[in-house]
Amino acid sequence: MDLLDILLSASFWAAAIRIASPLIFATLGELICERAGVLNLGIEGIMVAGAFAGWIAVWAGLPLWGGVAVAMLTGMMLGLVHSILSVPFGLSQHVVGIGLTLLATSLTFYTYRVVLPEVSSPPKITAFQPYEIPLLADLPLVGPALFSQTPLTYAGFILAALTALVLYRTPLGLAVRAAGENPSAVAAQGLSVTAIRMGAVIVGSGFMAVGGAFLTLSAFDSFFFDMVNGRGWICIALVVFGAWRPGKAVLGAILFAAFDALQIRLQQTGIGAVVPYQVFLMLPYFLSILALVVMSRRAEVPAALMVPFNKGER
Amino acid sequence: MRLEPIASPSAARRIMPPVLAILATVLVASLLAMVAGGNPFAVLGLILKGAFGSKFALLETLNSATPLIFTGLAIAVAFRAKLWNIGAEAQLYAGAVLTVVLGTGALGLPAYLLLPLCAVAAMLAGAMLLLGPALLKTRLGVDEVVTTLLFNFIFLLFVSYLLEGPLKDPMGMGWPKSARLLPEARLPRIVEGLRLHWGFALALIAALVIWVINTRTTLGYEMRAVGQNAQAAAFAGIPVTRVILKTALLSGGLAGLAGFSEVSGLKGSLTSDLSPGFGYTGIVVAMLALLHPLGVVLAALFVAAIFVGADSMSRAAGVPSYLADIMLASALLFMVLAILLTKFRLRRD
Amino acid sequence: MSTTQKAQVVLRLQGVTKRFGPVTANENVSFDLHRGEVIALLGENGAGKTTLMNILFGQYTADAGSVELFGVPLPPGAPRAALDAGVGMVHQHFTLADNLAVWENIVLGVDHLTAPSLKPREVKARIRDLSQRFHLKVDPDARVGQLTVGERQRVEILKALYRDARILILDEPTAVLTPQEAEALFATLREAIASGLAVIFISHKLHEVMSISHRVIVLRHGKLVAERATDTTNREELAALMVGAEVSAPTIAASPPGAPLLSLRAVSTPDQGAAPGLKALDLDLCAGQITGLAGVSGNGQAALSDLLSGLIRPANGEMQLHGTTPHRWSPRTAIANGIARIPEDRHKTGTIADFDLTENAILETYATRFSRRGWMNWPKARAFAESLIKTYDVRCPGPDIRIRLLSGGNMQKLILGRVLEEAPDIILANQPVRGLDIGAVNYVHSMLAQARDRGAAVLLISEDLDEIMRLSDVTHVISEGRLSPAFARGTMRPEELGSWMAGHGFDSHGITPGGPDAA
Repeated sequence: MDLLDILLSASFWAAAIRIASPLIFATLGELICERAGVLNLGIEGIMVAGAFAGWIAVWAGLPLWGGVAVAMLTGMMLGLVHSILSVPFGLSQHVVGIGLTLLATSLTFYTYRVVLPEVSSPPKITAFQPYEIPLLADLPLVGPALFSQTPLTYAGFILAALTALVLYRTPLGLAVRAAGENPSAVAAQGLSVTAIRMGAVIVGSGFMAVGGAFLTLSAFDSFFFDMVNGRGWICIALVVFGAWRPGKAVLGAILFAAFDALQIRLQQTGIGAVVPYQVFLMLPYFLSILALVVMSRRAEVPAALMVPFNKGER
Repeated sequence: MRLEPIASPSAARRIMPPVLAILATVLVASLLAMVAGGNPFAVLGLILKGAFGSKFALLETLNSATPLIFTGLAIAVAFRAKLWNIGAEAQLYAGAVLTVVLGTGALGLPAYLLLPLCAVAAMLAGAMLLLGPALLKTRLGVDEVVTTLLFNFIFLLFVSYLLEGPLKDPMGMGWPKSARLLPEARLPRIVEGLRLHWGFALALIAALVIWVINTRTTLGYEMRAVGQNAQAAAFAGIPVTRVILKTALLSGGLAGLAGFSEVSGLKGSLTSDLSPGFGYTGIVVAMLALLHPLGVVLAALFVAAIFVGADSMSRAAGVPSYLADIMLASALLFMVLAILLTKFRLRRD
Repeated sequence: MSTTQKAQVVLRLQGVTKRFGPVTANENVSFDLHRGEVIALLGENGAGKTTLMNILFGQYTADAGSVELFGVPLPPGAPRAALDAGVGMVHQHFTLADNLAVWENIVLGVDHLTAPSLKPREVKARIRDLSQRFHLKVDPDARVGQLTVGERQRVEILKALYRDARILILDEPTAVLTPQEAEALFATLREAIASGLAVIFISHKLHEVMSISHRVIVLRHGKLVAERATDTTNREELAALMVGAEVSAPTIAASPPGAPLLSLRAVSTPDQGAAPGLKALDLDLCAGQITGLAGVSGNGQAALSDLLSGLIRPANGEMQLHGTTPHRWSPRTAIANGIARIPEDRHKTGTIADFDLTENAILETYATRFSRRGWMNWPKARAFAESLIKTYDVRCPGPDIRIRLLSGGNMQKLILGRVLEEAPDIILANQPVRGLDIGAVNYVHSMLAQARDRGAAVLLISEDLDEIMRLSDVTHVISEGRLSPAFARGTMRPEELGSWMAGHGFDSHGITPGGPDAA
């Protein structure tokens, strides 16, 4: 298959959007945390927990959207833990995040084994099915790529628009951004930096968990231990790549997913016969590092990112 | 309410964090064991027995602590200089790969030459792997947390490629594993007949060496200065970039030694499940040790005991062995919290 | 002021007391502020001015006493209460977010967080309206990071006016302004007062206090020690009240200059973000002279300081030390060439907070004097720290405590001792007395004068014109990275220097940003 053929096929772009969807949720979540000044390295573990919680809830009989809600709540609980340690207590965001990822991952695996002690392969659920948006789905190329996705993908795009709207057009969003730029400015207005940052981390963590749940409820129909597989870390790179802006971050996620979809297809071509498959699998991670390097010179980093705020200190 | 630093914490206050963290962790583990239908006292008892209950169990714990001492030291060295090396996992594999490359080859060297050669090569391999992210950090300001994390995934895929390609054992019946090391490349056992190998002794020596470096040398002083306040260090003329790079080499080298010790001392060959996350667990070990190199030895023993004990507990009591991972993660979080609460006191305005 | 006596009382403090452990920050402070009145709150660092304002703004809860705003008691510990009642504060360290637009900074916190929209168009219109009325020119769409210090202060004042503040508190507002900018600020304030605003003006600059205020309240050690109508007092009385006794500043006699020890010829350095680099700068630091560098903060002082500290190299031009050009340039070579560096920020740059005094004392010399082949000599280091503590009168329990527990003055004495022990012949003192009490200020100044008398060349960088004029044998003004000619001691009045600080005079002297090469 020719490269051009791949890039012009609707199924390729449909796959790219599908791969991008969990990244969009989780990247938005991380972006909200970082905009408020908190680096959330719990993302990987929160995605694992969200993937499991959503799936097990649906397996236990809840409707699919109920599963999404359970995943979101799970993420928010974990976000609460992160925010208590990192915001009022001001502990190292690196250590808290890594610790939370370890905790969320091991708690998930433990719960899995407790709930399903004897199974050799995890049970399947009926996942979200693609929904063709009338009229739009009939457009050439764009239709099958963008408008024949599952409802959860549409929700991701709506969430991105909402996040941008709240961040840039409301007093709340302004307060969140200011908390990440200069928390003293927020405190001087009598607003609670602690509450704003904690809220951002909790909500952001909820989004991350939904990103994880996308894997079990939409992309696949079951839960596997290694299913998140570094996607959380990639999302952290995507936030940097997107210069902390929701729109750019979504574009970055799609671009990234397109490369991922491309490498899967290239594996099946003549190149795939020559180059070991591991090289293709490495590409997403290399791409993430490349994104970090390319964007490192830019100055859009929230000025107070990773800087704890203490009222008494000056 | 606000936190107020305590001027000179008493000795009791200083050893309180690990004690508090371990107590809280035990509490969490008990609750979770109950959730899984186990009797918490029985579960904790089984963990202790599994870790220390017999000579075999004890040696198993010491053997399991060995790679954790190395990775714990690697993390402790790096974190003290605020170099966030989360890539010890990959650096460990880099050390293991070099050990296998040299230790299975036809170099024809005697053991007293081949073993040090493998060890030094493993250190260099680990060091080189961390040098990349460290250079990206010092040259371009790229956060090393994410780059070292991503390198873990990349390098594990590389190892998988090696094991299915160039390093694949022709006698391995198709399994992705390397050929066995030559006898000259194997670390001998400390006492003949007992499973404990010289890697453990090497780990203890490494801890001592790091302790001496930290307290007695200019490098130790420089690493701490850079970690505490890089701006002041640079102003005072400390070559911050060079210190960070040296820290990276030392940290990566220690993680590489973990790979050498595991392959040469324990396994004898390389598979892609050589490390069940020693690199990540090293973070917990280092934090529990308050980044103190001698504390790392104690913390590694503690962590290894939980892993070894939980394995045998799981077989006996039916509580999933992931309990051990939960205990470690919560120990880490409780530890940082306890450090804070003992360094500061709450004060009302 | 007979008119204000009858005016409405807008703020009443009664018996306000606040203790931190054994330290009493405020003791039984009472006063009234009236509509249209300016009260100057005068006091040294640590006199309790900031604590008092923090109580007013609900950051601290008073142990005793009450605060009334417009006749209504202020609930303690409620940060929004004072804001909502119409009190606005312009902090000494601006509370603005650099990456946000001016209008975003101004509107932050005005609407409740649940409000659906920011309404940018209305907000900007109102800001333009206010900025016209009070002559506070600023573009609402500009990013704060791109504004000058003076413009930022305007944004802070607009922030208060936007909230319909009826009481405005200004904390050291002129510290970062040129005399001309300060005059413009006063003009704005006079207009605002005329429309009924009441102002608390916190300062220790006596001439400003005399010029703008109606009444002066002097705080010392947390107590209100005096209250004067401004037209019944004078600078000498206020100075004596502020420090409690006649304090004699060290008298610095003129001294003849020696040979230049350090020379810059047409040196340029790149801009650092909003802070300008040096523009084709010529400067000689001569033996036995204190060279003062006056200027508004952010005009290239940082670049010059970094250059002499060894942190940056000249991009163009030539730097000569003792007549030769150093071919490698780093903090270490600067120290090795006899440059003593007293950094601007002793907390972040000068010391490592969690290192003990010993470790801080050897920060610059551990490699050369306190180690051999990479092995530290800790006993020698500790002995050195002990001798510094004794020689430089560092008040502390001993060399093993963390330096963060020391007061600013004692911290500065340790830094001073650390560099002076190396018998430097060039001394770079960047804001050496900022935030210190008078005793420590005099100590630092006399040490600098002594070093000069020994034959050292001293470069004194300060925003405090009084300090510069008192100490310097010659004075340069720096503005946007350009350097004025040298003015000998006593040849310039403050207003003339102020005119240079505002950037006037450079062009007529042919000092252009491009330098002689560009022209």
